[in-house]
Amino acid sequence: MRLGRRLAGLGLSLVLTLLGLLLVTFVIGRVMPIDPVLKVVGERATQAQYDAAFQAMGLDKPIWQQFLRYMAEVLQGDFGRSISTGHPVAQDLRRVFPATVELATLGTLIGVCVGVPLGVVAAARRGGWIDQIARVVALVGYSMPIFWLGLMGLLLFYGILGWVGGPGRQGIIYDGMVPTVTGLILVDSLVAGNWAAFRDAFSHIVLPASLLGYFSLAYISRMTRSFMLEQLSAEYVVTARVKGLSERRVIWGHAFRNILVPLITVIALSFGSLLEGSVLTEIVFSWPGIGQYITKALLAGDMNAVLGGTVVVGTCFVALNLLSDILYRLLDPRAT
Amino acid sequence: MQNRFPLRVLMLASAVMLAPASATWAETPADTLVIAHQIDDIISLDPGQSFEFSGQDVVRNLYDRLVDIDPLDLAAGIKPSLAESWEVSEDGRTITLTMREGVTFHSGNPVRAEDAAWSLQRAVKLNKSPAFILNQFGFTAENVDERVTFDGNRLVLQLDQPYAQSYVLNCLASEVGSVVDKETVMAHAEGEDFGNAWLSTNDAGSGPFTLAAWRPNEAVQLTANPDYWQGAPAMARVIVRHVQESSAQRLLLEQGDVDVARNLTPTDVEGIAGNDRLKVMDELRGRILYMGLSQKDPLLSRPEMVEAMKYLIDYAGMESSFLKGQWKVHQNFLPEGYLGASDENPWTYDIEKARQILSDAGITSGTVKTVVRDIREYVDAAQTLQAAMAQVGLTLEIQQMTGAQVLDAYRARQVPIFIGEWGPDYADPHTNASTFAHNPNNADDAGLSQLAWRNSWAVPDEMNRAVEAATLEGDTDKRVQMYLDIQKQYREIAPIIPMFQKIEQVAMQQNVQNWTSGGSVSSVLYRQVTKE
Repeated sequence: MRLGRRLAGLGLSLVLTLLGLLLVTFVIGRVMPIDPVLKVVGERATQAQYDAAFQAMGLDKPIWQQFLRYMAEVLQGDFGRSISTGHPVAQDLRRVFPATVELATLGTLIGVCVGVPLGVVAAARRGGWIDQIARVVALVGYSMPIFWLGLMGLLLFYGILGWVGGPGRQGIIYDGMVPTVTGLILVDSLVAGNWAAFRDAFSHIVLPASLLGYFSLAYISRMTRSFMLEQLSAEYVVTARVKGLSERRVIWGHAFRNILVPLITVIALSFGSLLEGSVLTEIVFSWPGIGQYITKALLAGDMNAVLGGTVVVGTCFVALNLLSDILYRLLDPRAT
Repeated sequence: MQNRFPLRVLMLASAVMLAPASATWAETPADTLVIAHQIDDIISLDPGQSFEFSGQDVVRNLYDRLVDIDPLDLAAGIKPSLAESWEVSEDGRTITLTMREGVTFHSGNPVRAEDAAWSLQRAVKLNKSPAFILNQFGFTAENVDERVTFDGNRLVLQLDQPYAQSYVLNCLASEVGSVVDKETVMAHAEGEDFGNAWLSTNDAGSGPFTLAAWRPNEAVQLTANPDYWQGAPAMARVIVRHVQESSAQRLLLEQGDVDVARNLTPTDVEGIAGNDRLKVMDELRGRILYMGLSQKDPLLSRPEMVEAMKYLIDYAGMESSFLKGQWKVHQNFLPEGYLGASDENPWTYDIEKARQILSDAGITSGTVKTVVRDIREYVDAAQTLQAAMAQVGLTLEIQQMTGAQVLDAYRARQVPIFIGEWGPDYADPHTNASTFAHNPNNADDAGLSQLAWRNSWAVPDEMNRAVEAATLEGDTDKRVQMYLDIQKQYREIAPIIPMFQKIEQVAMQQNVQNWTSGGSVSSVLYRQVTKE
């Protein structure tokens, strides 16, 4: 009974969140000083052609009618056609979102695997050399323009050393070799059992993913450190130490367990922001992800694409929230 | 993101530091041409709709037209393609084209006169951006079924006026004249769309290549048509990859992962100069960089002001600095390579002369505004002009906007000084004459889109009539002379000042041969490209 009510509540909040998100995006899109009709008819169009397209796009109707019409179509699973790519939005999203998911997941994985231990050790050895290094790493991560770092990375690891693949998701000869199952090339090439394609895809993703990983590492390690410092000065830690527990058990067994809940929130947020797509990284690495897709659509006033992208990103955020909610309950018995 | 100067300095400095280490060098497959290019402007591959640079690059290679222009041999003029021959009736109003026998579409269907007629009818009825090219001959959605007909293997065009044969054929050689496979397209029609939704992302042509894939903002892949009637292309595959950044294109080229890079900045072009595996080809394109002076502005509408502005532009200075290698001075509205193009460039940067003209007219001070797109070249050009104008007591206010915003304001006739580009729409001089030098109705609500109208320039009747007459002149030599005369008068009075013509610098591996980006009149062609 309680579970049913909770699920219903969750479903309702999901729907309301998405509805609000869509409404706001829609209104912003319509008041933006960008004319989507020009994108469709081109700059040479006469007024008559322009007017015809204006009407065909339904722009002559009041905003609320346009919104209702859009919602009705979305409810039938039709996200419409993008005017900046000429393809159905759903088809575009199926292509660009996996590219971003692949990159964001690997990036977050790197960020977590390096950032969390770094933060914990930095807190445990506060003021020590690891702490200093962690601080510099985080500072650089916060302040370096990703655009520059990406280009330099390409120049060094691709241009000079030749260790990684260049811009793009795949080398030319592997393009289209692996059948699309999930859209994640790393996964698809494994499914197909094509190791060469996997290695190629990996050599292309490793640099941008490391770069994104570095930025989320900077954030995650700083947050981990401050959470840990708070715990390490708590009385139960003193008690544990007085009882003679090893430092390792104090840190990992007691203090670390207690920061898991806030840490998960931090990681989920960081993952969520990467799922929106990192536009600059995508541009530098010619990565056809959702960040570039939405940005380009926005600049063209291509609202179908923007709204479709918003739904996907919004749903991801809600889902991540839900997931971290469930994890809280698993990790912290006090949470109800 | 347009202004990446500090970034480039850092990049270059770092490159110099790291340069001694040598990299591994890959090579693309011998039968595959790989191109790095910005192709995010494509919104459709339907020849009845496509009107963007990169889209036309694709369409040109998927379809054949009735007649064609070879950008590698411009002097040859119009050549037969799917139409083997043509003849014009006595009164000049009927053109009959005889179709080539034995050509098939990619689907295997034969190319018939019926397909050719239907393709033109379809483009007119779709009424998308390029439809106006056909509308010029009096074809409308209502009458096109009677005016464009076929009889056996002959296509018959009935024009509303006895247009110059060169004018009609030049227009048919543009992408909107592509012959489309009627059966295939109609099988995919939805409602009244003539298959537009389907054809936007598919191909139904008879051209040297077929469309293997188009992933927007990512890649276009073409596969050679082995049965092509003019012989199979040398390249079995052509892959165009969307690479936004010049630096990334350069890296890919230097690593041998692409054969051709089409959007290198002058800095990157210079950067690869010492690399003997690579070469750079300069190709003159059709785009004109011009300055429009709105005749609504009280100051700019004075003829002396227009005259003085021509001497306040530092043509040579800009050509040798920030436009270096990418634009050349060209002070006529017809680009070099077009029928009737003029190579007279009478104006030079001359502050004293401008000051004299202005003081004779009693203009010693004043303020005007320019609205420019946030592209480095335009902003630099505006600033150069600002400095020159300051020397004669004039103040130029520069406002930067995104491309879409500038275009909105320009189309609403609200830009006092416009600095920007114009690309010809088809391979006939009328394309630019009709926009720079023709404006029969200067009213605000005329609903036109010509450059003359956008700059509120009421073109003198005499010039309007001359532009119209030039489309009817059957004798090509006389027609050329007419355009030369129009341009002469234009140079004297027009407030829309052509300044530069585009040079495309294409960087490629040494082994790439016979590359053409399409010259000033056309789009890229891959059929003749080889790798040795």
